[in-house]
Formats: sequence, structure tokens, C-alpha cells
Amino acid sequence: MRNKFEHFLKISCLLLLGSFFSVASAATEMNTPAADFTLKSLSGKNLKLSEYAGNVVLLNFWASWCAPCRLEMPLLNDLHNKYEKLGFVILGVNVEEQTDEARAYITDRPVDFPILFDDQNSVSKQYNVIAMPTTVMIDRNGNMRYLHQGYIPGDEKKYKKMIKKLIRE
Amino acid sequence: MTPWVKPYERAHLADPIMNFNRDPVANNYLHHVYDAREGARGAGIATGGGCGCN
Amino acid sequence: MAATNRILFTLGLLFINSVTNAAVLPEDRADLLYHSYDGGGAEISGPSLLVRKKFSENLSASVNHYVDNVSSASIDVITTASPYTEEREENSLSFDYLNEKTLMSLGYTQSDESDFEASTFSFNISQDFFGDLTTLSMGYAQGDNIVRNNTDPNFVRDVLTRNYRLSLSQVITRDLLMAFAVETMTDEGYLNNPYRSVRYSVSDPNVPLGFLYQPEVYPNTRTSHAIALRGRYYLPHRAALHGGYRFFTDTWGINAHTFELGYTLPYKQDYIFELTYRFYDQTKADFYNDLFNQQSEFIFLARDKEMSTFTTQTLGLGVSYEFKKNGAGLLKRGSLNFNYDFILFDYQDFRDLTVNTTPGEEPLYSFNAGVIRLFASIWF
Repeated sequence: MRNKFEHFLKISCLLLLGSFFSVASAATEMNTPAADFTLKSLSGKNLKLSEYAGNVVLLNFWASWCAPCRLEMPLLNDLHNKYEKLGFVILGVNVEEQTDEARAYITDRPVDFPILFDDQNSVSKQYNVIAMPTTVMIDRNGNMRYLHQGYIPGDEKKYKKMIKKLIRE
Repeated sequence: MTPWVKPYERAHLADPIMNFNRDPVANNYLHHVYDAREGARGAGIATGGGCGCN
Repeated sequence: MAATNRILFTLGLLFINSVTNAAVLPEDRADLLYHSYDGGGAEISGPSLLVRKKFSENLSASVNHYVDNVSSASIDVITTASPYTEEREENSLSFDYLNEKTLMSLGYTQSDESDFEASTFSFNISQDFFGDLTTLSMGYAQGDNIVRNNTDPNFVRDVLTRNYRLSLSQVITRDLLMAFAVETMTDEGYLNNPYRSVRYSVSDPNVPLGFLYQPEVYPNTRTSHAIALRGRYYLPHRAALHGGYRFFTDTWGINAHTFELGYTLPYKQDYIFELTYRFYDQTKADFYNDLFNQQSEFIFLARDKEMSTFTTQTLGLGVSYEFKKNGAGLLKRGSLNFNYDFILFDYQDFRDLTVNTTPGEEPLYSFNAGVIRLFASIWF
């Protein structure tokens, strides 16, 4: 009995280790029109995606309970401040149904880019958000060009690369 | 079949009160108290759960 | 002490399992716990310090230092020996490595006391599937222990323990989380306690007690299986209900059921209260008897109350105060916590030998214990 179990364990470990080497693609490129939406912002004003036409827009879907999202925020803030003058804006779309925690978080750790509240999750569904965080880059013509799921430190370099490419177009 | 709980619906699951093992050091100690005095052992607090973040 | 081998072993494995959470490395934190157990004549207290830190985006390490200061005058001790004090020290080191959705953990624990040394090595691998709704975890641990006898310097024995564990955690709905775990443990070697004895009846006028003692004799192997199911449910307006059941069986004839129920209730933004109830019930080991009919009645003999038929019931109360949330800089989050657990031990076939009466008719033993856990945690 013990030998069989050990055998089973060895095989299973090998299988799991095998999956260890498979690379999960976290980013895809495309060229399809980005759906327009209107959401309430932190400032109280309603903001519309189409208002930013002509700019490169980075949509970042985040939540206060998501650790990688929180890790990413200050880095996104840096990117926003760096490229804003070149026609770039980040829109932080919060996906929480109850906004209290998000508001408390943003008050403690403020950012310079607009925060929008998708409390009905309508935009999350429109953009088929299947990972947290999700980053979508939209070009000056309003087309979705790049989708990045999740965040691991180092990803901000990938964002920077894409931003620079879209800014130059 | 796609994941039926979307990542943006995982606010409750990510709440610390939904963590099976919120305070590992304290939980380990209580497990030790029982293991030292009871005949049964094993299959303690399970791992995993995740926050829905990637 | 012989009972400690599997505790330490489980501790070693728990130490690994307790901080794994696939898809993200465990958070950097430090916990300082003051623990105290007071019951049945034994008082054990001491600190436990844990520090966990990430060293890169894929690697996290943790160290734990734990001390038990034991002052024991428990029923076994006062009826067959004399009260003693002792110190047990345990140190652990673990590493967690994250690659995509796979988390691999390696751990080592060393425990030392005057008559028992335990070294446990453990390995665990955890994988997230299906949009992170499912986490599968597998682990193996091995313990090499040395048992000594304080009264006999030439006494040295070995124990080898192996532990195989599989667990599955599943998100059922946005408010319900369930976890299933199965664990098999095998022990080989000197599995009893070098100080403990069993008693047997004698009808000899020179023996006024009516019974005599002889050393306990355990089999030198033991295999056990445990299977558990747990759930955690989020209640409206922020609260949680949790419960679980575990079934245990082993080759020594012990079968045990464990039921747990708990209610977690946050209060305002900073407090979390917790109420728990636990019920444990076990049957005795095949070779256990409170009073054997004659000397060496069987090949294996035990009178360890842990091997008897008994139940334990626990009522626990906890309060946690979060003194820092969303902090910038070094201190991101901090909490102060206090837990008190009151345990009732009730034996059905272990008798209280502090009462002198006809052997086999002494009252059944029972006692209460109070467990205190006072700790502070900081996340940095």
C-alpha cells in the first residue's frame, strides 16, 4: 500500500512539475474597436471613454482586495505622469460592488490618474475581464490593441514598451 | 466550462475573514495542542483558495 | 517524549502548508505569539516568533523559533513518577518558490529537548487551476527522530515518520469556499514512551494496591489515514461561518471523528471576533487497557490516556484588533490578537489513580484545560 502511494505521488509530482514548465500566455495583441462606456469617477463626475479619443488610453481593472493590483498602482502612476504630456492617460477601473474599501484605499494611497467605479460590473463584462488585474491598451483611434492579464513585477516594462509604440503611431 | 465566479466577483473570497488560515502561527500552535493529546493526526487546515488575482 | 514525535512531524508539515497559497507568494510578515496551556496538572507556555520575507519576486523564506517551557505534574506523572520541568526548543526554516501558477515549498524543522530530538524535512507543491477557482496541493514530509531516556544515558532509539498529503481547495460560489484533505502517515521504530507504564491486576497480599506496573509495549509500526472536509461561507453584511469534519483511522484500532464549527464576526472596521466549537471523539487502541488482567497479558500493552476512549470538547473565543491598514512605508498592516480556548477532556476507560480504591473501580478521569494565544502580527 505504501509503495503504491509513493508511486502515485511520484507520478503526480512529475505531472505538476511538467505544468511548471508550461508558459501561460498573459498578453495578447489585437486590433478591434474598444467598447465605449460611461462610469462615475472618484471626483464625482461621469467620465466617458470616448472623451479620451485621440489619446492612448490604458484601462486598468483593479480591486482593493487584490494584492498584485495594489502592487501595480504606484508603477502605473509613474507611467501616467511620465507620458501624460505625450497624449497618454490611465483610467483605473475599480470593479468592486461596494466602493467603500476602494475609496478608503485610494485616500490612503492616492494616484494622479482618474479612478472610475464599475460597481455594476457592466464594463468588466464588456471587456471580458477574466483575471485580476487586467490591463487593456487602446490606441488614439479607439481600438483595443493589447490585453495583459495579471501582474507580476517586471510587467510594467512590457506596458512601457507598448505605450511608447502606441504613442508614436 | 468557464470559471463560474469571475475574478471581479471575488471580493468576499479575498476578505481575510474567509481565509482558512488567517493566522498561521496561532493556528499551528492550537493544532499542536490537540496533536499532543489526541490520538488522531493529519488532514489539518487545507491550503489554497487564492484571491482570484493572477 | 514519544508522543511529541508525531506532533513535531505534523508541525513540520503544517508549518509548510500553513503559509502556502498558490498563484501568489505568501505576504511578508512577522508574528510574535505568547502561548500558554494550563490543564490536568501541566503548565506549558512560551513564545513563538515567525518572520517571513520575499527575496525576489519568486522566492520567499521564513524562519520560526518556538519554545515550550514545561512544568508537568499531570496524572501520568504524579501517579508513576514525580513532577518535572523541561524546555523544548524548535526552529524551522522554509522556502517558497513561485513559478506562474505553481508554488513549491521546502521546509526543515529541528526540535530539541532533553530526551527527544526531531528533524523533519517537508516538501509541498501547489497548483492553481481553472481561473484560480481550484487549488491542488500535494506534500511529503519525513521525520527522523531520536528518543532518549533521562534516567538511562545508554538508551537511544530511532523513529522514522513519513507523511503523504493531498488537498484540494475549491471556490463553489462567490460566497462559499470548500476544502478537502487526505493524509496518510506511517511511523516506524520506537513508538512508545520510555517512561510510561501499564498496570495489571495481582491478587497478592503483599501488594496492597492490587496491581503492579510494567513498561508499555507498542508495535513498532503505525499507519494512519485522515480525511477532512471543510467549508467557509460568507454571510451578508460581512461575517463568516465555517465548519469541518475529519475522520481518522489507524492500524492501532483508533477511529476518531472531529467536528468544528465557527463564526467570525467583524465589528466596525478594526475588530474581528471569533467564536468556535470543536468536538472530538475517539475509540481506544486495540492494545489499550486501563487495567490488564495479568502481567504481559498481550504482546502489546498501552495505558496512555491518549490511546483510550475519550472525547474532547472545546469552546473558543477570539478577538483581533487591526491597528494599521493600508500603510505606506515599512508597516503596511498590523494586528493585535487574543484567543482563549477552553477544552474539556472526558475519558471513558482511563481511570484516575490518585483515588485509592479497588483497582478497576477508580473514577473515570476528566480534566479541563485553558489555552491562551496572545499575539501581534505585522505586515511589511
